[in-house]
Amino acid sequence: MTTKLFGEPVRRREDARLITGRGRYLDDIGAGALAAAFVRSPHAHARVVDVDVEAALDVGGLVAIYTYEDLTGPMAEPLPVLIPHPQLHAPRTGYPLANGVVHHVGEPVVMVVATDRYVAEDAAERIVVTYEELPVVVGIDTARAAGSCVHPDVPDNVAARHHQETGDVEPALAASPHTLTFTQTIERSACTPLEGKGVHARWDPDDGSLRVYSSTQASTSVRAAIAAKLELSLDRVEVIAPDVGGGFGVKIVHPWPEELLVPMAAIRLGREVKWAEDRREHFVSSAHERGQRQQVTVGFDDDGRLTALDVHVWHDNGAYTPYGIIVPIITATQLVGPYAIPVYRVVVESLYTNTVIVTPYRGAGRPQGCFAMERTMDRIADALDLDRAEVRRRNLITPDQFPYDHHLTFQDGRPVVYDSGDYPGLLEKLTALVGWESVEERRAEAAGRGKLLGAGMALYVEGTGPGPYEGGHVQVLGSGKVLVSTGLTSQGQGHETVFAQIVASELGVPMEDVEVHTGDTRRFGYAVGTFASRAAVMSGNAVALAARGVREKALRIAADVLEADPSDLEIEEGVVQVRGTPGASIPLRTVAVLSNPLRYAFDEAAKQATQFATHDDTRPPVAPGDAPGLEHRDYYSPLRSTFASGAHAAVVEVDPQTWEIDVVQYAVVHDCGNVVNPMIVEGQVHGGVAQGVAGALYERMAYDADGQLQNASFMDFLVPYASEVPDVVIDHQQTPSPLNPLGIKGAGEAGVIPGSAALASAIEDAVGRRVAAMPISPSELYDLVRDPSSERTAAAGRRAGTGATA
Amino acid sequence: MKPPPFRYADPGSVDEALDVLAAEGDGAKVLAGGQSLLPLLAMRLAAPTTLVDVNRVPGLDGVATAPAGVRVGALVRHAALLRDGAAAGVQPLLARATASVAHPAIRNRGTTVGSIAHADPSGEMTAVLALTGGSVTVARPSGRAEVGWQDLFVGPLETSLSGPAVVVDAFFPALPDRSGTAFAEIARRKGDYAVCGAAVVVSLDEDRRVAAVRASYLSVGLVPEVHDLSEAVAGKPVDSADWAAAGALARTLVDPDTDLHATADYRRLLVGVLTERTLAEAAAEAAAKVTGE
Ligand SMILES: Cc1cc2nc3c(=O)[nH]c(=O)nc-3n(C[C@H](O)[C@H](O)[C@H](O)COP(=O)(O)OP(=O)(O)OC[C@H]3O[C@@H](n4cnc5c(N)ncnc54)[C@H](O)[C@@H]3O)c2cc1C
Repeated sequence: MTTKLFGEPVRRREDARLITGRGRYLDDIGAGALAAAFVRSPHAHARVVDVDVEAALDVGGLVAIYTYEDLTGPMAEPLPVLIPHPQLHAPRTGYPLANGVVHHVGEPVVMVVATDRYVAEDAAERIVVTYEELPVVVGIDTARAAGSCVHPDVPDNVAARHHQETGDVEPALAASPHTLTFTQTIERSACTPLEGKGVHARWDPDDGSLRVYSSTQASTSVRAAIAAKLELSLDRVEVIAPDVGGGFGVKIVHPWPEELLVPMAAIRLGREVKWAEDRREHFVSSAHERGQRQQVTVGFDDDGRLTALDVHVWHDNGAYTPYGIIVPIITATQLVGPYAIPVYRVVVESLYTNTVIVTPYRGAGRPQGCFAMERTMDRIADALDLDRAEVRRRNLITPDQFPYDHHLTFQDGRPVVYDSGDYPGLLEKLTALVGWESVEERRAEAAGRGKLLGAGMALYVEGTGPGPYEGGHVQVLGSGKVLVSTGLTSQGQGHETVFAQIVASELGVPMEDVEVHTGDTRRFGYAVGTFASRAAVMSGNAVALAARGVREKALRIAADVLEADPSDLEIEEGVVQVRGTPGASIPLRTVAVLSNPLRYAFDEAAKQATQFATHDDTRPPVAPGDAPGLEHRDYYSPLRSTFASGAHAAVVEVDPQTWEIDVVQYAVVHDCGNVVNPMIVEGQVHGGVAQGVAGALYERMAYDADGQLQNASFMDFLVPYASEVPDVVIDHQQTPSPLNPLGIKGAGEAGVIPGSAALASAIEDAVGRRVAAMPISPSELYDLVRDPSSERTAAAGRRAGTGATA
Repeated sequence: MKPPPFRYADPGSVDEALDVLAAEGDGAKVLAGGQSLLPLLAMRLAAPTTLVDVNRVPGLDGVATAPAGVRVGALVRHAALLRDGAAAGVQPLLARATASVAHPAIRNRGTTVGSIAHADPSGEMTAVLALTGGSVTVARPSGRAEVGWQDLFVGPLETSLSGPAVVVDAFFPALPDRSGTAFAEIARRKGDYAVCGAAVVVSLDEDRRVAAVRASYLSVGLVPEVHDLSEAVAGKPVDSADWAAAGALARTLVDPDTDLHATADYRRLLVGVLTERTLAEAAAEAAAKVTGE
């Protein structure tokens, strides 16, 4: 591989376009389209008794109104369970429009189509839906108590009971020198991408084809869903993800009701129809994540080494399970982190509540797992009066133990076998980076300023880049332009840059010649999607393989022309040349022209190519097994996920008068194998840390007991501003993955994973009270410190010289 | 999140605005910077029949600073007041408090008078108007009248103004002699409405003893209130006054509510802390002036 660009901090080539407003987002498309708006349920659980549209009919500009009664065929059936699982024993999904019963506030009941969105909302406002309210289940406690149920045929509200164990945990606990049991909770949050969801559909009645733009993370699957649900042939449907203003997981779910209803309306009306989700809709009708209660029992020896771990998780999955139990499985299997755990048992109960569905949000169950594991480490350290870093170090998997088999089954049904890593290396870099040794000095210094200083850390291992596959297509045009296409989508991660870097490096062409297209089913029909930190691993390797195929063909053709052996050729700056023989060369673009024996001299390139034309009468112009054109398509399909890792440390200062929490230092050591572009990886880490801090200190979904979301706006759902996000210092470690040609691991979600764990640890260290519920606000911290029943840490007792461990 | 239909008027004078307001009746609303009104419309929490946009009315965008105080015209943006050094010289709280109003982009559009007419008890400038004993000039078809802050604020987002009325300016009296002020607030995120905030003024006598102490708070009551905390510290030499005692007194005087972001207890805690902190700062400013006399 020519490695000139691979590994370089190349500036993101998409930024100039996006920052100067030349991006093309969903709502930029179809200015003249009809607009859809939805009447959504104001109740968390109710029977729909009557829908009266009478008053809406005289709104000027109204075009159509659809209710469940208007849905036919597959559209009238429940939405699919995308990822079934044998332990998801009671999967339930909603309908595109409510069929008789609504199960959460925000569920779509009526679709209105009008000349513009204003008119559509005017009409929607006049539609009177009569509901008969039903008992509401909100929160894990209420769901477990099962006084009432979300779905009548699931009386205990348990959708799934997921269970994995690596040995006999009870005897192992009984034989442990020490055990600890505790419970903790983590609240709901959500992806909240800047751009909400959105769909635009255009039907061509003459050739019976449908073009759909969707702000999605999975255009190929949306295409298949639309074709199936609207009973169209797959070849008549194309789906394109335009520029997408963030996804973070919520746009991997599909088909959203609107992704089916908007095309349905476009076909029925024979007109372009568009729906652009607004912020309030996004809060109450998209997806949330994170809400869990965890009960942990851990056994350990006098040195703090784990002997057994038994975890019970209650997971709030909202009203439906379209995305299966991916999130709880990830919690269950990624909880173990970088540690060697002799015996592990985990049971997750996934519970129905009358709230918005719960599907992956960046991190996807890992922040919760990390919270369980890392806080366990903190508790062991506290109980044994050991340094928290030292307890972790003693339990780490060592570099000589790879591949390390946890004997667990991952979300993709494949074994959790860590491919490579150096966890002691991470920890060592982290303690150096944050100055772990000097925390006591800093604590004293801060005390002198009237501040309570505390430090915390958290480590994680993240399974990234799951299969089944991703593909890439690379084509060199006679102009020299190199077209790269992959089916997975982009939401601002920088794919245009990194895929171009990879192809430019593999092919030996200048990066400016490379043009990257993603998420467009017209260009690439087979793809899985962008989630699970998989784009670089999956499509990165796929486009690399495709580029290698092109390179091979180019060398073969050039070898013919230059009368050399292909192995003596190299490609540099878009020119194929005989190594060490100046002058014996041919531009790659000319090779591209030569690759097509039909050569009308439309342009200079074709004319020039004629001078190289060879005349071999012994073979047909296109040899058997060959194809015209300098292009290659290839797929990358991994055996299993590759496991990235990292370690974060946070230092906080708490004001003991106002209980404000100031994150004064945030350090990250990150290992995602070979790095394609360090600047982009650091950007991903920064964004992840921002969302980690958000989940730890700011964001929560405040549902009341009636299932009303109290903070469904950016006024009250506190996404941190730049002013709230700490400066992040990053150190890298690179342990390449042996599983893929480029040796890379995923980096997209990493930054968010340890936030809550590290910050809970730091706050606890600062105030000396056990922090078992995240996020935590100053007001809640005030409640915690003055509650006489809240647990004091042993460390705080020792610091105070009392030894008290209340 | 699109507003329902409304009519729009673009008057060229206050009188013309009043004519439209009178003709349109109760459904008409004045539109100033739109930073509070337009979100309400977009969320369909308000559905005025007519927006009377006063942005093109000449003569409303001036800040008039005189020894007696600062008169802020209805179209003066938060950002302009923030940068007005002369106004800050006469009443330092104007710049100090405005700095905490929202974010730069919102301060560029939102008006100080609009935020007072909006009567949000979480707003900075409502508290400042109250603390300084300010008033607004209200134009009605019958003529102009000065309305004191106590008569203006009647409830959260509710003023005593009814019928056709345009607030043409707000008047903030000057800081008295031998006095200092301070402003502080605690918000969940920088630029958010405060969880709690305090604006204070400390006045000293010629002997550097505390003469009077008053405070007004943000986000702790239904309407802006001014609390006289003098009894906790009056007569004490400024350098040994027990500001914590004033803070403790303040805590007993307020009656905050619980919301998503803070409990009533936490707000009460902050009232005490912010009172103590701001009073110390304001007293230092006042003391420096007395020493300088
Ligand atoms: C994200 C965000 C954060 C914010 N944070 C803060 C904050 O921290 N502190 C704060 O104080 N404010 C905050 N605001 C509100 C902002 O300060 C507004 O600008 C202000 O409250 C209203 O001023 P306006 O000129 O925009 O008024 P408008 O929105 O135009 O009007 C508000 C109300 O006042 C009436 N009104 C306005 N002017 C007149 C007049 N001359 N005569 C009669 N009635 C009038 C209108 O009819 C309307 O009812 C925030 C706003 C946003 C969007």
